[in-house]
Amino acid sequence: MRPLAIAALSLGIAACAAPPLRGTGDLGLVVERASGRVMLIETTGRSALGRIEGLGDLSHASMVFSRDGRYAYVFGRDGGLSKVDLLQARIERRVIQAGNSIGGAISQDGRLVAVANYAPGGIRIFDARTLEPLAEVRTGAKVVGIADAPGNRFVFSLFEAGEIWIVDASQPRSPSVLKLKGIGKQPYDGFITPNGRYYIAGLFGEDGLALVDLWEPQAGARRILAGYGRGEEPLPVYKMPHLRGWAVAGRYIFLPAIGRHEVLVLDSVTWTEAGRIAVHGQPVFAVAQPGGQRVWVNFAFPRNDVVQVIDVPAMKVARELHPGRAVLHLEFTPRGEQAWVSSRDDGVVVVYDGASYAELARLPAESPSGIFLTSRGAMTGF
Amino acid sequence: MRRLAILLAFVAASAAAADGPAPARRAELLHLVRQDCGSCHGLTLKGGLGPSLEPAALAGKDAEQMSFVILHGRRGTPMPPWSAHLSEPEARWIVDQLRKGLPQ
Repeated sequence: MRPLAIAALSLGIAACAAPPLRGTGDLGLVVERASGRVMLIETTGRSALGRIEGLGDLSHASMVFSRDGRYAYVFGRDGGLSKVDLLQARIERRVIQAGNSIGGAISQDGRLVAVANYAPGGIRIFDARTLEPLAEVRTGAKVVGIADAPGNRFVFSLFEAGEIWIVDASQPRSPSVLKLKGIGKQPYDGFITPNGRYYIAGLFGEDGLALVDLWEPQAGARRILAGYGRGEEPLPVYKMPHLRGWAVAGRYIFLPAIGRHEVLVLDSVTWTEAGRIAVHGQPVFAVAQPGGQRVWVNFAFPRNDVVQVIDVPAMKVARELHPGRAVLHLEFTPRGEQAWVSSRDDGVVVVYDGASYAELARLPAESPSGIFLTSRGAMTGF
Repeated sequence: MRRLAILLAFVAASAAAADGPAPARRAELLHLVRQDCGSCHGLTLKGGLGPSLEPAALAGKDAEQMSFVILHGRRGTPMPPWSAHLSEPEARWIVDQLRKGLPQ
């Protein structure tokens, strides 16, 4: 019945009965990466409402949401930027804006969408309403870890160059750029703390991370957790970890180590190591369950059929879940009562009860990867 | 043609079947290439953090060297060694598939 309602909505309500009104607070999209489409989901009844096709190459696709929770901006690998209307379950606008992209961000005021590109290296800034291009900032290097920061700024790292750039887009057609150089070797991803103050880039080329205080960006980046690998030879990394997600639980930040089967615990007051937790494999995402008592972790190939749950007060793994083969992503509902987990190779999205770990639903999906709920639209850094 | 000859010679030298990995394993390998290599090289292999693996990008590159990189990785880059998961003939077979273009 529900898909029908959505379909009726998309017809533009020509006929008699108006479809029931609804909000978007419990909606989200799941990337079906091999088929260039997304699955529209709702977390109240835990069901799929429909599919939206024609989004291009969605390997490593991600998205951000408009501040009203109605639109998703989907960033495709092929440089496609698509504005998806969740209420009408259709693509409202779509542009191909580069040859090869990796992600994007939406500005604090919701009026700008920035896309991070590998080729040509740089970011492009678009009007969120019309997708009209407003500005381009060329970097000459691959852009990773883009995040929005207060003041309509976009912060990102440059993989080859080892730099962090802060773009102030408060004048969207003529943005200004602050470049922080020498921040460390091969930053591979970055994120901003939930309060919008700190930007942290993970480094692939050395053991450590780079920290920028966005209240004082001119002070530059400082190295934290330097030498966490203790000089040991790193294990092969078959999939790059991701830092973007709620890795913050109370004063602690949980971060995947590179080339180690460990989650690093960073104290966000002293910026020193508060511990490390042995886990099942190379962590990819470490995501704090809202409330901060637990952190859920998934893993890189070949140990990617497991999710481990870290108990934060105990600082150890308390639970292991087996949702299916090739677990690529997990997302909590904003109050943390459900965890949605995608298993690419079993073609399923599994919904867990956030307290009992009971399986609440299994939704078939084609090679599902990222799961994105509209609640992200209200959070800095998402 | 020379590539094929090298491949055939190599495969014949190994005791395995004369034409590379068994069909079930081939499907696994193609899945691995698309999905797991695709994490960095893109699902369509046109490149991402790692370079493009499309036939045009590989033209003129040495097959043996490519197979070596697959098995042993590239120091100083995120390319990991796959030798724990792939045999030498399998890496050769993957190189051959990449140079022809993966079946759709």
